[in-house]
Amino acid sequence: MRHRSLFIITTAVTAGALTLSACGSRGDSDGGSSGGGDTTTVVIGLDAPLSGDLSALGQGIKNSADLAVKTANKNKEVPGVTFKLEALDDVAQAATGQQNATKLVGDSKVMGVVGPLNSDVGQSMQKVFDTAKLVQVSPANTNPALTQGKDWQTGKKERGFKTYFRTSTTDAVQGPFAAQYMYNKKKLKKVYVIDDKKTYGAGLAATFAGEFKKLGGTVVGTDHINPDDKDFSAVASKVAEAKADFVYYGGEYPAGAPLASQIKNAGAKIPTVGGDALFSAEYIKLAKKNAEGDIASSVGAPLETLDTAKKFIADYETAGYKDAYEAYGGYSYDSTWAIIQAVKAVVEKNDGKLPDSKDAREQITAAMQDVTFDGVSGSVGFDEFGDTTNKQLSLYEVKNGKHVAVEVGQFEG
Amino acid sequence: MNDLPQQLANGLLLGALYGLIAIGYTMVYGIVQLINFAHGEIFMIGGFGALTAFLILPTGTSLLIALPVMILMAMACSVLVAMGAERFAYRPLRGAPRLAPLITAIGLSIALQQAIWAFYPDAKKARPFPEFEGGRIDLGAFTIGRGDLFLLIAAPVCMIALGVFVSKTRTGRAMQATSQDPDTAKLMGINTDRIIVTAFAIGAAFAAIAAVAHGLRYGNIDFRMGFIAGLKAFTAAVLGGIGNIYGAMIGGLVLGLAEAMATAYIENIPGMSQLGGGAWKDVWAFVLLILVLLLRPQGLLGQRVADRA
Repeated sequence: MRHRSLFIITTAVTAGALTLSACGSRGDSDGGSSGGGDTTTVVIGLDAPLSGDLSALGQGIKNSADLAVKTANKNKEVPGVTFKLEALDDVAQAATGQQNATKLVGDSKVMGVVGPLNSDVGQSMQKVFDTAKLVQVSPANTNPALTQGKDWQTGKKERGFKTYFRTSTTDAVQGPFAAQYMYNKKKLKKVYVIDDKKTYGAGLAATFAGEFKKLGGTVVGTDHINPDDKDFSAVASKVAEAKADFVYYGGEYPAGAPLASQIKNAGAKIPTVGGDALFSAEYIKLAKKNAEGDIASSVGAPLETLDTAKKFIADYETAGYKDAYEAYGGYSYDSTWAIIQAVKAVVEKNDGKLPDSKDAREQITAAMQDVTFDGVSGSVGFDEFGDTTNKQLSLYEVKNGKHVAVEVGQFEG
Repeated sequence: MNDLPQQLANGLLLGALYGLIAIGYTMVYGIVQLINFAHGEIFMIGGFGALTAFLILPTGTSLLIALPVMILMAMACSVLVAMGAERFAYRPLRGAPRLAPLITAIGLSIALQQAIWAFYPDAKKARPFPEFEGGRIDLGAFTIGRGDLFLLIAAPVCMIALGVFVSKTRTGRAMQATSQDPDTAKLMGINTDRIIVTAFAIGAAFAAIAAVAHGLRYGNIDFRMGFIAGLKAFTAAVLGGIGNIYGAMIGGLVLGLAEAMATAYIENIPGMSQLGGGAWKDVWAFVLLILVLLLRPQGLLGQRVADRA
């Protein structure tokens, strides 16, 4: 009896597995991008944290990309091609991001991918896309190593992945930009540097500290925190004890806001300064009154001041999305638009049709290198590393519960 | 080392929070030998209960008036979920091999987390929790936050109340009897089912108070906060000697102090600069746990008991 039931179960499981895999292969084989009908559907993949702590930023990215896709379809930007967005949630986890990348590669209709938000997630996806020759444009990855290789600091820059592009500037300029402002304009000479040991946070803190020391400032202490923690009281007391003029935090707002708040609660009435991942309305919501005076840098000029962005902001409002476009909305729109432009270039070169799916991906990646247009965040274009040619930066200070731009400019090395 | 009193205060406050949650682990384990891994989520649900109460009250209600309502609501939510878990997830498995309820507990923990994630409005990210207005309270060598006052009062009051309850009341003594030998206790006319539910409820009520203290101390709550807090509280319970209610509190305090000390001072020891600071505090907390278990396997206050046949 025992053997028989085991046999039945095994048979059932095997049959089930076969059925499922059959479904899978059927789904893969119908990727008809050559298109028998009038329009071809091109899927643009998107990967961002749509849930979890960073979902405010992720939803902004998704909605902005969605807006770009809708705009392209409405204007018939590429005749004969209908764009479709497929958004996947990476929960800000590198492993999930990698799975999503594999999934997007597996769908032969996907011709480009927007995202992700986090540099460490981006790192985990690069190889997957590179192998499949599928182009990826991140609106938010700022770690320099992603485009310039791990030895970028020594000047030996090397582009690892030809499929990787980004519309945001890097921490190589973001950290030093904040350092110059704090030292030259705010006249603060002593800093306590804290980071979360992640690709983005640690890299940013290092570029900041390097420039700050070069200018003549002192790093009076350093520490690292675990971003999943809630209790930073011991670190906060160390900061208060060190009599620093301000804190630089390399990391994201879910830990950054409580950290800044607990530092002020520990009696150190000093601002916390950080990168673009602190530039979120959520930061102020979480740190409440303790957010006052804190400073965040962000890549690009403030959207509200750019003419190109006014239409985007108006359209975003008209579309009625539930969440705000947040820090990366403009870049996300531009990243998506860059993919649409690359598709357009390939289709135009190929007599109004998309080439076979394998060739299409490769040609779109190649076309991306030459894409230029006036985007939401300014002029969009890519250099030999896949980095944006737009090196605008801004600093925002929290005043009366709002991020207010206090400095806009280009980083001068 | 000038900030030693401050760091001691940080560690003790964090430890008191761990201790309050650890009570729930220890009581349930003491009576049914079950490690209720969903207890961290019961703590988390208390926090969301308190937040809900605050949001329902008219805006502008003083936190001092709102606080009792929030505590009651937190307790109601936590106790209800804990009793439901006992009735529907654990009771059917009583008498099953010990691994079964343990796996159920882990499953329940994930289910509760996902339920809040999916159904509580805006819970996909951290939700701000009301905080007391005004600055820090200066106590000479160190300062504490206004929200911490609640924890400072609640932790000892809860402990004393629990101590009195267990040693002086009929139900408390019945609890002790059940924990020593459930079968004999049953023969003596003790309704062991009721005692087990009571243990779950008391643990949940303490977790709810801890959740309110957590919110007031850190200013925000999120759907994942039960996981790490639960793990630390479980560690505290084992450290203090699982099954011993005073041990849970002592274990919590020791753990909290160890974390604060590790963050503040380990990097000052020559040759250890790479192994100190906030990122390493969990490592040192668990090193401490391993050391205690090596030298005193029953935990700090635990008694060496022969394995039940």
